[in-house]
Amino acid sequence: MGGTKYWTWHMAAGVLILFLLGMHMLIMHTALLPRFSPYSTGTDMVKNTLLRDGKLFFTVTYILMLGLGLYHGLYGLRTMLFELTLNSMTEKAVTFVLVIVGVGLFGLGTWAAVIAHSIALAGARG
Amino acid sequence: MPETSHAVRQVNFHVTRYNPESDSQPYVMKFDVPVREGMTVLDGLHYIKDNLDSTLVWRYSCRMGICGSCGMLLNGRPGLACNTQVLHIAETNLTVGPLPNFEIIRDLVPALRSMFDKHRTIKPYILRADEAELNDPAGEFYQSPEELESYLQFTYCIKCGCCMAACPTLATDARYLGPMPLTAGRRYNTDTRDEGRRERNEITGGPIGAFRCHYAGECSRACPKGVDPAKAIQLMKRRLVLDYLRLTRKGKPCQKLHGPGEGKPLTNIAAAPQKTVGH
Repeated sequence: MGGTKYWTWHMAAGVLILFLLGMHMLIMHTALLPRFSPYSTGTDMVKNTLLRDGKLFFTVTYILMLGLGLYHGLYGLRTMLFELTLNSMTEKAVTFVLVIVGVGLFGLGTWAAVIAHSIALAGARG
Repeated sequence: MPETSHAVRQVNFHVTRYNPESDSQPYVMKFDVPVREGMTVLDGLHYIKDNLDSTLVWRYSCRMGICGSCGMLLNGRPGLACNTQVLHIAETNLTVGPLPNFEIIRDLVPALRSMFDKHRTIKPYILRADEAELNDPAGEFYQSPEELESYLQFTYCIKCGCCMAACPTLATDARYLGPMPLTAGRRYNTDTRDEGRRERNEITGGPIGAFRCHYAGECSRACPKGVDPAKAIQLMKRRLVLDYLRLTRKGKPCQKLHGPGEGKPLTNIAAAPQKTVGH
């Protein structure tokens, strides 16, 4: 059932990414949710970003979206690479490399999100 | 050919030849075949064997699209030689080759063992918990017309291998189960007499199972019996996901009907007429 498990989460991740990207577009590129973007002028966009980065909800959502995006994308890439296969050893190697890349990028992105959260909080405190 | 037939056209049959004992790789031989209306590719091959080259080898049996023996690659598409008319697919040239995605035994004869090995792994038969019925099947089971309809078309598969030859995923990964075994799995999973779906899920939901299919749909186009393996696989994927998420009901398989003299007799049924002879 390994194929079923990975495929199910792949699809679930796709649906969640659609939802989160929709939220992202609404918040970042429209004025429909002014609570998250109170500073509307171009020069104040950084203030908007700092405001969001200072909220734990956004930090957690960024990390969640990153994880989902990495899983969805890398699993899709793995599926395509398996189309070119090759043999079991190569497949294992491809899986290993993609897991390492995924975990590495997830760690880097998580670190960046946490740092941005800390900076925003420090800025808010003055 | 019978006297009443008239050759209406000369068609060049470009036939793949290969003898693993003497040839390093397959090659193509050309034969001029007089073709009459209604003549099948199988008739053309018989003409070649009878008149031009008696060493040509292919597999066939029923000559009427039932046995699934004469699957071949006809003008680049898998099909049965016995139910494909030459003039329906060729003007002057017709290529005839063995089914791809299989090893060649000789000339036009594919080795179907790999397909049947995979077929065996998905347990293509009724699985039930009651061992007695499984080992000595004698019962009759109630199945509604709707329940029958849910899997009926998948029973029409004749195991000719045309879908396997058309499958692009199988062309790149020989380990993939392929359309025929997966369709057979779907057929038995849907049968209400069966309760082996979760057992089959271990194979069909595994790394070489249904999720390797990317829905090219060539299997359904190639099937000479009108079975839709691509649909079967998509339905199987849905059921696998629902099973994984435990969103399917655990229903019991349909029960065995009472045999004659068994069960509770119904009341208020009119008695049979008295015998008029033999008493």
